[in-house]
Amino acid sequence: MNGFPILTLMIAVPLLAALGCLFTSASNARVIALLATFVNLALGILLWVNFDIGGAQWQFVERADLFGRFAWALGIDGIALLLIMLSVFLMPICIGVSWEAVQKRVPEYMAAFLLVEALMIGVFTAQDLFLFYIFFEAGLIPMYLIIGIWGGADRIYASYKFFLYTLLGSVLMLIAMLWMVNVAGTTDIPTLMAYDFPAEAQTWLWLAFFASFAVKMPMWPFHTWLPDAHVQAPTAGSVILAGVLLKMGGYGFIRFSLPMFPEASAQFMWLVMGLSMIAVVVTSLIALVQSDMKKLIAYSSVAHMAFVTIGLFAFNRQGIEGAMLVMLSHGLVSGALFACVGVIYDRLHTREIARYGGLSDNMPKYAIFFLFFTMASIGLPGTSGFVGEFLSLVGAYEANSWVAFVATTGIILGAAYMLYLYRRVAYGPLDKPDVAAMPDLSLREISLLTPLVAAALWMGVYPESFLAPMRPDVTALLARIERAAPPSDAQPTPGNPAAAAAAHGSGHGSGHGEAAGHGETEQPAAAHGEAH
Amino acid sequence: MSIAASLSLTLPEVILSVGSIVLMLAAAYRGDGATRGISWAAVAVLAAAGLALLGPAGNGGDAFDGLYHADSFAALAKVLIYIAAGVSIIVAPTFFARGGQLRAEYPVLILLSSVGMGMMVSAGDLLTLYVGLELQSLAAYVLASLMRRDNRSAEAGLKYFVLGALASGILLYGISLLYGFTGSTMFGVIATAVGGELSTGLLFGLVFVMAGLAFKISAVPFHMWTPDVYEGAPTPVTAFFASAPKVAAMALLVRVAVEALGPAADAWQQIVIFTALASTILGGVAAIGQTNIKRLLAYSSINNVGFALIGLAAGGEAGVAAVMFYMTVYVAMTLGSFLCVLQMRDTYGRQVETIASLSGLSRTRPGLAAALAIFMFSLAGIPPLFGFWPKFLVFDAAVAAGLLPLAVIGIATSVIGAYYYLRIVKTMYFDEPAAEFAQSDSPVEGGLIALSALFVSPLGYLLIPVLGTVTVNAARALF
Repeated sequence: MNGFPILTLMIAVPLLAALGCLFTSASNARVIALLATFVNLALGILLWVNFDIGGAQWQFVERADLFGRFAWALGIDGIALLLIMLSVFLMPICIGVSWEAVQKRVPEYMAAFLLVEALMIGVFTAQDLFLFYIFFEAGLIPMYLIIGIWGGADRIYASYKFFLYTLLGSVLMLIAMLWMVNVAGTTDIPTLMAYDFPAEAQTWLWLAFFASFAVKMPMWPFHTWLPDAHVQAPTAGSVILAGVLLKMGGYGFIRFSLPMFPEASAQFMWLVMGLSMIAVVVTSLIALVQSDMKKLIAYSSVAHMAFVTIGLFAFNRQGIEGAMLVMLSHGLVSGALFACVGVIYDRLHTREIARYGGLSDNMPKYAIFFLFFTMASIGLPGTSGFVGEFLSLVGAYEANSWVAFVATTGIILGAAYMLYLYRRVAYGPLDKPDVAAMPDLSLREISLLTPLVAAALWMGVYPESFLAPMRPDVTALLARIERAAPPSDAQPTPGNPAAAAAAHGSGHGSGHGEAAGHGETEQPAAAHGEAH
Repeated sequence: MSIAASLSLTLPEVILSVGSIVLMLAAAYRGDGATRGISWAAVAVLAAAGLALLGPAGNGGDAFDGLYHADSFAALAKVLIYIAAGVSIIVAPTFFARGGQLRAEYPVLILLSSVGMGMMVSAGDLLTLYVGLELQSLAAYVLASLMRRDNRSAEAGLKYFVLGALASGILLYGISLLYGFTGSTMFGVIATAVGGELSTGLLFGLVFVMAGLAFKISAVPFHMWTPDVYEGAPTPVTAFFASAPKVAAMALLVRVAVEALGPAADAWQQIVIFTALASTILGGVAAIGQTNIKRLLAYSSINNVGFALIGLAAGGEAGVAAVMFYMTVYVAMTLGSFLCVLQMRDTYGRQVETIASLSGLSRTRPGLAAALAIFMFSLAGIPPLFGFWPKFLVFDAAVAAGLLPLAVIGIATSVIGAYYYLRIVKTMYFDEPAAEFAQSDSPVEGGLIALSALFVSPLGYLLIPVLGTVTVNAARALF
């Protein structure tokens, strides 16, 4: 793969296809869009196959000094690879979801989606700070148009809110970036990730980046744009919004906030944890009382994203890996849930939960798919949701047991609102004639949902495929932030060393390797505790 | 220095002056029937003046004992001015043909105004500055009221004249104070004088000069005339006002601030910071309620001038280079927007100016809607459009100069501005179609729109190395 600009190609293919879509008819535009997204999926698989796990940290590196002040510099590590895979995997599904649902201005619609895909890949591959910013911000324009043109009744308000909210967050980040480049003298992200900014400056820089990422994420209380945008966006818009665009916030934390400002990240750990804890509980409770399906799933997204931030700011391996897996799993599952809502919305044109009921009688296939994704969202073992949430909770427990306690209640609440949703939609009497008249899934819909099931199961049963590419990068990240890691309350306290050693020897025979690995890291931390 | 050498340095102005006088005679003898020919001849004169910049006039040093600077800063500003003036001449005949006869004076007046602007950006002396400014302004007053039978046009001309005269008076008063307290009108001598203790008289002079110039760039709080004049003047004239004189006045302000008052930067920096922030905020907030697209673009120009001033507040080479870069992209964006406004005609060929008439434009005229959307997003400074880059540069200069609070507040105000640009896009893309516009009948205008849209599209980023070098060279000429 040496020298072959595969990343540029992955950005160029959807971009050119988007241009092509604009000048053709509706049916041609659909075909072009599907072909382009499949080509990108193929390129993505090629990328994954050729990604050398344990090789250089940055692979497929490209660089062209085209713009004077900043460069066309691309490259990926394992974390970016996985997020790119998520994007290229979801895109054909998005196009498929809109195949019949969108009849209005199809060429523009397809062009906007392809543009979003190109920009998302750009965000995850950019190795230049300003190139990243341009891709990061540029996504606003097509998303604004998607929500505003093809959205529901209140689409205009939602599109403004989405645009201005996220723009305000991002411009502050730009000022911070300018300052950083002035001080560090480079725009190269890998170099900046290793640059030590003075601790007092980190505080401000961290806050500026936080303003942007917390809105994109979204974290409570900056999440209010999300339910509006989701409810009004077309189905595919919601899928891509939940599936990939929300990941830009988490990606930002992993790529910028943590490695570039480790001290400030530690300093603000409680801010993030506090907001995340509130988010898990409050947004879950809000989700419980929603009468609109999309809004319910949107609030559940906010709660799931809180698990991401909890995991990331736990400052340990389980937390960060768990956060990544939650992001990937949430991308698949909530994307799939929005697609499920879209399926019945296309039939009845309402998202009111109360208008449905008894779907398991007349749409058994649909009920099975919906049940699977409901369970995956709850985090049933064997599905992707379990692995991510479990790991990030383990990480949280290691960092602080109270955080883990509060976050776990979120899981219970999550089960409550999802099961309650499922009961109201799929069970109960089939007493509404128009609901009873709804046909079951078509072949197209089944073929759209099946790959999502497969991916969610794969991630749930054998997460190693997804953990392996990112492991070296998480190690590198940990090496970078470890010096600032805040003390945790879940370390062994000096008590009766002899008894502890005996218990350790007998009780933990299995999984000893893991425990031994821990012991090494715990020693200095315990000593640290004594010093206090 | 011999007169001949000085004249060779001022070759662009010489060409423009001779050309405008000859064309004026032609207009007088041949009447309005020859307007098209005179227009193209005027464009040729502008092109010739631009080509003259390749010679000694481009970067040849001082002429007339320092009254006139022929440096790369002036050359860059002149190129922008000539382009903007040329476009304003090219698009005029079709516009006026629909709403009455185009008078042959139009291209001549624009040429005369260009002479004045050339003198402004090259001025090395307060009197050269003033003469240039007045030449530019007097031509502009007439241009604003060119459609004599239109009440709004007449009102615009009168308003522009009265308020412009007031500003000239303020400026002249400031100039007299500076002259009185420094003993010279030469920028170099003034710079030495203000380098020491700043007396009250000097300070007053400085403030009055800055205020007079702020009027010309329509920075808040001297912006009141802008919306009325922009709305009332014929659209090609508005396009001209929003582009060429803005560049000239901004370049002039930068030159005066750096060359003449550079050592007193502490004194004027606060003024510039205040007007910059006031302009971005007022330009953003006041535009929200507008229903007329030309008024909206007037507030947009106030808003943009505010951002450019942030570069001046930052000062230094980087700041000045950022200002010039800003004006370069701004000219393309604003000309492009006004060219789109020129396309807004109902099926009877009458000009319409309400924002509501743009409803659903993306379905009736997709190309035009896309171009206008590009200009709007670009004016809002949303990447990946090129309008982002000059904003980036001015904020970069401000951050590098340590003006962090200014940068933070300034960039936050850009979000206010984004709202009303979004509103235009919303009207064009989200709303149901209104009455259809007439189809475009001018391939030249279409081509110019496409060209400027291409310039502010992401492809513009490829020009950064070239434009960056040019603007930095221009800025270096002042230090």
